[in-house]
Amino acid sequence: MSLLMNESTEKKDLIQIKNLVTYFPVRSGLLQRTVAWVQAVDDVSFTIRAGETLGLVGESGCGKTTVGRSILRLVEPTSGSVIFDGKDVLALRRKELKDVRRDMQIIFQDPYASLDPRVPIGESVMEGLNIHNIGSRRERRDLMIDTLRKVGLEDYHARRYPHEFSGGQRQRIGIARALALRPRFIICDEPVSALDVSIQSQVLNILKDLQADFNLTYLFIAHNLSVVEHISERVAVMYLGKIVEVTSRDTLFKMPLHPYTQALMSAIPIADPTLKRQRTILKGDVPSPLHPPSGCRFHPRCPVAKDNCSVDEPALREIRPGHQVACHYAEDFLK
Amino acid sequence: MSGSQPVPLLDIKNLKTYFYTEEGVVRAVDGVDLRVYPGEIVGLVGESGCGKSVTSLSIMRLISTPGKITDGEIWFDGKNILNLSQNEMRDIRGNFISMIFQQPQTSLNPIFTAGDQIAEVLQVHKFLEKKEAWSSAVELLRLVGIPDPERRAKSFPHELSGGQAQRVMIAIALALLPQLLIADEPTTALDVTIQAQILDLLRGLQEKFQTAVILITHDLGVIAEMAERVAVMYAGKIVEQADVKPLFREPLHPYTQGLIGSIPVLGKIKDRLEVIPGSVPNLINLPPGCRFAARCRARENYSLKICTATEPELIEVLPEHYVRCWLYQSTTDHQAPLARN
Repeated sequence: MSLLMNESTEKKDLIQIKNLVTYFPVRSGLLQRTVAWVQAVDDVSFTIRAGETLGLVGESGCGKTTVGRSILRLVEPTSGSVIFDGKDVLALRRKELKDVRRDMQIIFQDPYASLDPRVPIGESVMEGLNIHNIGSRRERRDLMIDTLRKVGLEDYHARRYPHEFSGGQRQRIGIARALALRPRFIICDEPVSALDVSIQSQVLNILKDLQADFNLTYLFIAHNLSVVEHISERVAVMYLGKIVEVTSRDTLFKMPLHPYTQALMSAIPIADPTLKRQRTILKGDVPSPLHPPSGCRFHPRCPVAKDNCSVDEPALREIRPGHQVACHYAEDFLK
Repeated sequence: MSGSQPVPLLDIKNLKTYFYTEEGVVRAVDGVDLRVYPGEIVGLVGESGCGKSVTSLSIMRLISTPGKITDGEIWFDGKNILNLSQNEMRDIRGNFISMIFQQPQTSLNPIFTAGDQIAEVLQVHKFLEKKEAWSSAVELLRLVGIPDPERRAKSFPHELSGGQAQRVMIAIALALLPQLLIADEPTTALDVTIQAQILDLLRGLQEKFQTAVILITHDLGVIAEMAERVAVMYAGKIVEQADVKPLFREPLHPYTQGLIGSIPVLGKIKDRLEVIPGSVPNLINLPPGCRFAARCRARENYSLKICTATEPELIEVLPEHYVRCWLYQSTTDHQAPLARN
């Protein structure tokens, strides 16, 4: 049956990130001269297909949150391009950027800090609709109520203030706010990290359901690999401003090729006491993005680093179809 | 369990710690019994607000107004430490019972170096001279895996990474070789790869010094890796208690089942995660009966009325496996649907 054709070959790229660089200046002294740069995102490229979820995972300081903010220009990138629907978001001017932002929304990590405490939540959810002048006031209100219901909240919640809600509920409100404009692309920036485990599952299930109902594309940023595995189709692993591995979810978890990915996975405590695991415990701490190591940024902590690793930076290259790795010796792990 | 009954190192009986706030009385810990035997690792698991941290602070008698330990006994080394004077308790802390906290950088004193903070413990409790205390401190830093400890001992907390600061805390906590270490969410604020290092360190030190550990966390993965016995807390009470393998193999309490079912497990993909509907009850105005009743699907499935009327007791349902749930406990008016006899 032709309908059962491989859907993924039919999926178009919705968003392409090309050579994204975001550095933050460190200023010092009376004249506030720039004395150093935090190389938060350093030449990052990836694509996300329409309707899919790309997980972006890494530990603190790896740059994943900055990638998300750079895509939406909540933080201005230093260079590179973000092609959304054929247009380079980074080159757009104010009016055009505003239009594109209707289609690209974000859910923030901290459900306590991301809602205006002085405004009833219904107004916060409607704000995007107001800004973009969608329909009449009546229609915006109806759309807002409808969106609240879609995330499992009730009509009467619209009149309440953020402090009257629990963390899990506030996160639902954050989702509603992102969803109100019916965007095509949502960046989920650590949406469940601040929530208790039993609430996390509620929110993750909602995100999955909404994706199906509204044909959404997600960039799911998190440090928790288990959560990312659950929700993503493809996963990109970041370390110190660079992408070190990208592949499908199943492949990443069955066959991680980058030594950092392998260490990350073996470090995760698994809720099964009968499993005896081979642990790769990394030495040392994560270096600072102010002074990244030379060559491959992971080399000081890499259990299999060789001489050239401290000199030559490995490019992100396709080792197998659909599996990219930034490591000079990735092929060694194929055995 | 064969052999004679071992004597517990720590025996908590019916501990109640309440907070007397303007809005009402928060019954944060409401009748907790827990035993810790020498050299074992006991996990205390639960989500925010369940009372696990308050339990540990109560053991250390670090509860301050508006909190108060209102009932219960905590037996340690033949004494009820709730009856000790402040001076006697100060002697217990550090020497016999030690604690490490979640946010290492905020728990360390910012104006003293790492070395000074470890040395202080040795000077105060062991009456060592400054020089001796300092070199012991350096050795302790080496023991906890800090590279170049002579130099690092001179660092201030803000100059340390999260992982290093946690190692310093562990060094301070173990300096006097206490019999019991309470670790309250020791790795929650750390990155995963650093967490693995710290857990490895704790395990190694625990084996070396045979220190008993109460490991408090919400992370079931950490519990599965580290703990030998586990107590699950919910809204101020222990709802299930068992050895770690039986707990994961056959969780009996609906809350434990929901908790285990709701976490995504690496390598085991599920289409939908289990959900525990609703949220934790308000500890000021608790409804009568079981505290988990409002969120319990088992109660609905079996149409149990007793759950919202009377609180169940913590009873032994399987050998060394305790549960607080009407599914397993019968009374004259109630036939437990899952009673094991």
